Amino acid sequence: MGSVTRIVLQRLALGLLTLFVVSIVIFTAVNLLPGDFAQAILGQGATEEAVNAIRRDLGLDQPPVQRYLEWLGDALQGDLGTSFAQANFANFVGSGTVSELASVTSQIAPRFANTMFLAGVTAAIAVPLSLTLGILAALYRNSVFDKLANITTLTSISSPEFFLAYILILFLAVLNPWLPSLSNIYAGMGFGERLEKTLLPALTLTLVVTAHMMRMTRAAIINLLASPYIEMARLKGLSPMRVIVRHALPNALAPIINVIALNLAYLITGVVVVEVVFVYPGIGQLFVDSVKIRDIPMVQACCLIFAAAYILLNLLADILSIVSNPRLRHPK
Amino acid sequence: MTLLWIIGGIVALVALGWVFRAAGRTTGNATFRDMDLSTAFGYAVALVAVVAGIYTYFLVETAVFFRWAVQGFIIAAVAAFLFRLLGRHVGPDSTRKLFRAMPLTASFGILTILIYAILAIFAGLIAPHGQAEVFGTVNVLPGGDPAVGGDPAFPLGTDQIGRDLLSRLIYGAQNTVGIAFATTLLAFLLGGSMGFLAATLGGWLDNLLSRIVDVLMAIPSLIFALLLMTIASAWAGSHKELLTVYMVIIIAVIDSTRVYRLARAVGSNIVVMDYIEAAKLRGEGLGYLIFKEILPNATAPLLAEFGLRFCFVFLTIASLSFLGVGIQPPLADWGTMVRDLSQFINFAAFSPLTAALPLMAAGAIALLTVAVNFVVDWMLHKSSGLKE
Repeated sequence: MGSVTRIVLQRLALGLLTLFVVSIVIFTAVNLLPGDFAQAILGQGATEEAVNAIRRDLGLDQPPVQRYLEWLGDALQGDLGTSFAQANFANFVGSGTVSELASVTSQIAPRFANTMFLAGVTAAIAVPLSLTLGILAALYRNSVFDKLANITTLTSISSPEFFLAYILILFLAVLNPWLPSLSNIYAGMGFGERLEKTLLPALTLTLVVTAHMMRMTRAAIINLLASPYIEMARLKGLSPMRVIVRHALPNALAPIINVIALNLAYLITGVVVVEVVFVYPGIGQLFVDSVKIRDIPMVQACCLIFAAAYILLNLLADILSIVSNPRLRHPK
Repeated sequence: MTLLWIIGGIVALVALGWVFRAAGRTTGNATFRDMDLSTAFGYAVALVAVVAGIYTYFLVETAVFFRWAVQGFIIAAVAAFLFRLLGRHVGPDSTRKLFRAMPLTASFGILTILIYAILAIFAGLIAPHGQAEVFGTVNVLPGGDPAVGGDPAFPLGTDQIGRDLLSRLIYGAQNTVGIAFATTLLAFLLGGSMGFLAATLGGWLDNLLSRIVDVLMAIPSLIFALLLMTIASAWAGSHKELLTVYMVIIIAVIDSTRVYRLARAVGSNIVVMDYIEAAKLRGEGLGYLIFKEILPNATAPLLAEFGLRFCFVFLTIASLSFLGVGIQPPLADWGTMVRDLSQFINFAAFSPLTAALPLMAAGAIALLTVAVNFVVDWMLHKSSGLKE
């Protein structure tokens, strides 16, 4: 067991290191901006004093390395800075304090919860569905069902998310008004109502993710079906369903867990477009809005959160596949 | 209540499957004797789906979109079949041989890619109007029927500021596909040369490049692209056309990391071969090694990767444009069109053709990626020799 802990700790350290380097990349990229934010917000006719005052308040007059360390230190304590767009600059010049609403953390927190809710609903539908469909496709491989599933999943993988989203809106919201096409979610909403408003974006994401997961599940199981012990089970006279569920599935678990974690990581990018289509108040929409108005601290923070989630899920996939595979657990 | 209906439906389908199998068994056929109940259930589902489809197609008056989808599918299948037939009998021996063992999906893919290429190259000749030409009549409805707000001069209508939508759709092929193609080429040039260099030279260069690529790949590509586009938009300032150029460079760099990985992996498998050793002993230079020895042996995997990479780049560019930070107006582009026209989807009940406008632009994107994927799928299947 000792070697497992060591490998897991190694991976964990590597993940943290990656996250650290990624934060440097994000910070450096943002600092490539021409001029600085103080000039941008005040425009051409700003006086030198006003620009300097804002620079001082935002800490823009310090050297980059110091600013990076301060940003990182604050971020680790949960303070992601002040949103430029929300900050009231009249306050800045006077007192140097910022109202609670303007801080990036207070804006991101509720939206992050919304995004996690959307991802959770999607995973709850997509994971069981894709596993079932993947096993069925492996069981009835090369049948009409398998070929149909192959074409359908390939199509839904290759379509842009907004195409699938608008098709679902067309059929489930406009032609048959079953579900709301806009997800206006607010605090204090009941769970049922919230679920109803989240269902359409979640279904869109499900279509994309299910296709990926199902293809990978099918491939993982078919790969195993070529092994001798499966041949043996079949020659014993077991039913095809039993061969797959009792003999192939336990050994296919490692790649399948890997696939699930990787697809949840993929969900992170998909969420951006889908949230914009459905005006879902999540972190992806906030990110796109901040990109459009160049709200640097917000962009930085969203980017860091997305990257952290992505790295974390990839790490999870890595660790789970080591833990679930004895051959990796005891490397020679 | 809904749950009750679903459970009832499944039970009814299982019963139908059981009856179907029992009826089959009376004929004494061995297929029915060995059939699982789950397989019979599958046949029952398929039967019900086909009956429901036929019923909707012929008897439901309002199912316009369903009829269009079915017609589109049939036309696509017939076109693909005819194209394959043509390929089997016309042209040199090598292509005829290729067409003989081709699945219908692949021939559909090749046909679609050809049509897109023709549209993109000759957009200026095919489109009835210019892409940025503004006419006096705004918001003309599609269909070309003057009685309901159409205009025969604009078959698909005009947008909010009076530009012909059909022309913009056609020019979209030139801009969106052209820019995506250029970006992919750039990514391959960059990633491919770096990857081969790392594979041939090895040592510190290999280590350095690989670590940089590792870090860049740890950030999700769309997120990274959005971050860099924020900075690019500040650099471009009021020169919106520069932003498109920056986008090409940004996406090319981000995607070149994926190309680098593949090129390096393929390249390092090749550099250990004896013929490379021989070339090195002959005293050949680095350029000769890469272009004359490694590249010809790495074409097949790189070509398949090119197709897949093109799809990713194409979808990324479309997504960025859809989000409003990609290809900038006045260039016509499908992602932006989807966003601008998306409100029309609410008119589906009154004017299906109007509602189909945003879907046409989005569908144009989807169709090309599907086509490329079909072709790549077939190529990979053919070259790997998988018969499962």
